[in-house]
Amino acid sequence: MLKSKDLLGLRDITAEEITLILDNAEDMKMRLKKGQKSFDLLKGKTLVTLFYENSTRTRSSFELAGKYLGATEINIAAASSSVQKGETLIDTGKTLQALKTDFIAIRHPMGGAPSLLAKTVGCSILNGGDGMNEHPTQALLDMLTMREQLGTLKGIKVAILGDIKHSRVAKSNLFGLTKMGAEVWVYAPKTLIPKGFDELGAHIATSREQCVEGANAVMGLRIQLERQSGGLFPSLSEYSRFYGVNDAVLKYADKNAVVLHPGPVNRGVELTPALIDGDRSRIEDQVTSGLAVRMAALKLLSEYREAHL
Amino acid sequence: MKTLIRGGEVVLLDGVEKLDILIEDKKIVKLGKQINADGDCKVIDAGGKTVFPGIIDMHVHLREPGFEGKEDIESGSKAAVAGGVTQVCCMPNTDPVCDNAVVVKYIKARQKEVNLCKINPIGAITKGEKGETLADIGKMAQAGAVAISDDGRSVMNSLIMRLGMEYASGFNLKCLCHCEDINLVDGGVVNEGKNSTLTGLKGSPRAAEDIMIARDISLAESLDVPVHICHVSTYSGVDIIRSAKKRGVKVTAETCPHYFVLTDDIITDFDTFTKVNPPVREEVDRLAIIEGLKDGTLDCIVTDHAPHSQKDKEVEYNLAAFGMSGIETSFALSYTHLVKKGIMSLNELAKLMSYNPAKTLGLEGGEIKEGEVADLAIVDLNEKYVVDGKKFLSKGKNTPFNGYEVYGKVHTTIVDGEIKYSC
Repeated sequence: MLKSKDLLGLRDITAEEITLILDNAEDMKMRLKKGQKSFDLLKGKTLVTLFYENSTRTRSSFELAGKYLGATEINIAAASSSVQKGETLIDTGKTLQALKTDFIAIRHPMGGAPSLLAKTVGCSILNGGDGMNEHPTQALLDMLTMREQLGTLKGIKVAILGDIKHSRVAKSNLFGLTKMGAEVWVYAPKTLIPKGFDELGAHIATSREQCVEGANAVMGLRIQLERQSGGLFPSLSEYSRFYGVNDAVLKYADKNAVVLHPGPVNRGVELTPALIDGDRSRIEDQVTSGLAVRMAALKLLSEYREAHL
Repeated sequence: MKTLIRGGEVVLLDGVEKLDILIEDKKIVKLGKQINADGDCKVIDAGGKTVFPGIIDMHVHLREPGFEGKEDIESGSKAAVAGGVTQVCCMPNTDPVCDNAVVVKYIKARQKEVNLCKINPIGAITKGEKGETLADIGKMAQAGAVAISDDGRSVMNSLIMRLGMEYASGFNLKCLCHCEDINLVDGGVVNEGKNSTLTGLKGSPRAAEDIMIARDISLAESLDVPVHICHVSTYSGVDIIRSAKKRGVKVTAETCPHYFVLTDDIITDFDTFTKVNPPVREEVDRLAIIEGLKDGTLDCIVTDHAPHSQKDKEVEYNLAAFGMSGIETSFALSYTHLVKKGIMSLNELAKLMSYNPAKTLGLEGGEIKEGEVADLAIVDLNEKYVVDGKKFLSKGKNTPFNGYEVYGKVHTTIVDGEIKYSC
C-alpha cells in the first residue's frame, strides 16, 4: 500500500513504495503486451489531466492509462481553460473537486504546483512534471525499463547526459535510483549541472567517457532550448561534439547496456540516429513502460483512497 | 502630566539597571532609584519587567498609498507598536511611488491621523524607482524624507547610482542600498544551492547580492559619502562590509531576524511564506551574520516588514510575492536567538535595534537617558509564547515563524510619553 494519497515525486517516497509501483507496473505491462486493454479497476472513478504545458507523450499516456482502467477521463488544456481568465490554481482545483474528480494528473511549468494542489484538494494528485522539480512517472518508467532489462536496479550504474540543470527527469531518476541502490553518474556542460547535485547523491563525471564507463544504462536528456535563457552553451553542433552520445562513447559502457531517452529526442544532438534506432535502444519500450507505470500508480492510489478516504 | 515607570530593569547603552523613569512633556526627565511620584503622576508598574528603548525599524513596507489590501498606515502602525517598535522608516515602493514631496507629505499626514508610532518616509532615488532619472531628492528631504532608496531593486546603472548618492549627500541623506544584480538573479526565487536543486526552484547566487554590495561600497568610497547596505544575507557580503569598514569607508549595514534565525532548509516543501528577497541562505551565512552583528560589521536589525495578502501568497512559489511580515516578531526572535542563547547582552541588542538605527539616520530616540524622547517598550523577557501569524495586527499574516516558540513578550509601548499599546 502506498503511504500518501498523491504521487508528487520520488524525493518523499520509500524504496518499498517504488518497488510496489514497479511490481504492479510489470504486471500491467505484461497484460498490455498480451493485448489486454480493458481493466475494471477504476470503474466509476474520474481522472482529469490538467496540463499547463504542452505535452503529447505524457498526457496521452495518462489519458489512455485512465481509459484502459475504466475511469471516466477528461482533459483540460490550460490554454483553453479559465486559467486564461486569471483563475488561480487553487480555484481550478476546487472546481475540479466539486465536479467529483478522484484523480488529477497535472503538468505545470512551476515547481511545487502539484503539492500546492495536493494540500488544497482531497483528490489524488499525480505529478506529470512540475517545472524543474520532479517527473516521478517518467523516472518510474525509466526504472521499470531498466529493471526488466537488467533484472535489478541494485548496484547498477546509470549514466545521464544532457540538460541536467533544467531536468525534472534527471532529478526524479536520481532520487528513485539511489533509493533502489543504483549509482547515478551525470555529465553535461558545466552550465547545465545544477549546484549541489553531488550533495543529493549524484556522481558528477569529468568526462563523457568516465560518465559512461561500465554503465548498465545510458540515458540522454533532451536539450530543452525553450527552457534556456540563452548562452548556456554556444551551439548545438558544439554540444553534440563534446556532450552527445555516439557509438564511440557507448563502447565504454557495459556490453549489455541499454540506451534510454525520455523523448522527444533531438536526433543527432543528444544521441546519434544510429543509437536511437539501434538494438541497444529501449526508447519505444519506455513508452509502453510509461503507460504501465501510470496505470499502476492510478490503481495503487485508488487502493489507498478505498482504504483511507 | 507626568508618568513614572517604576521598578523595571532599564536597558541603558552600556548595561542594564533597575531604575525608575520619570517622563514629562514627551521626554525622559529623570532616571533614578526610587523616584517619588507626586500628585498628578501616572504610575506604570514595570516590576519584574524590562524597559527597552523603543525599537526603531528603519526598513518596513507600509504599502500605503496604493496597496492597502496588503497593509495600510494604520494597520502597520498597530503592528509596529505591538512589536515594541516606536519608530519606523517606510520604503517608497508604493503606488504612486514615494518619489516626490507630495507622497512624503501624505505619509506624514497619515502618521498624524493614526498617531501611533513615528513614521519616517524614505524617498526613492529615481523617479518611479525605474533607475533612470533622479527623483526630486531635495524637495523630498525638505518635506521630511530621512533617506533615499529604490528598495526592491538595485539602480542597475552605476552612473545613476553614483549621481544619486552624490546628490543626496548635499541634503545629508543616505542611500539605503538594496543589493541585487538583476541580470545575475535571472528570475531566481530562492538561494542557489543544494535546496534550489532539490526543489527545482530557480536559485539566485550569493554573487548577485555581493557584486552590488561591493559596487555601492566602491561608489561611496570613491565619492567619500556615507552609504547603508540593506538586508545583508550572505557570509561573503558581511566580509565585504567588514573590510570596507576597516579601510574607513562610511558604510553601515543592516540584517533581519530571518537571516540569523533561518536557513534555506525551510523552502523544501514550497511554503510561499518562506519566499523573501534576498532569499534566506545557508548555515554558513546565518553564522556569519551573527558574527557580523557581534563584531559591529552589521549595525542594525530591521525587519524588511513586507506584509502581503492571502492572494499574493496562496499561489505557486514562482508566482508568490517576495516578503515576510516581521514587525511583530522581531524583538522576540532577536531576543530569543541572540540574547537568550548567550550570543550578546541585552544592551548590545538594544544598540542593534534602537540606538544604531537612530544614529544611522540621525533620528531622535534610540536610547534611554535623561533628556531623550520617551519612546519605550516594556517587555517580559521570561514570557514564552508561540508565534501565530493569524493573530498579527498587521494585515500581512505571512510569517515563516508560525509555531516557533519565542521569549520576550511586549506588554506596553510608549511613544513620546504616551501609551500606544498595552496588553
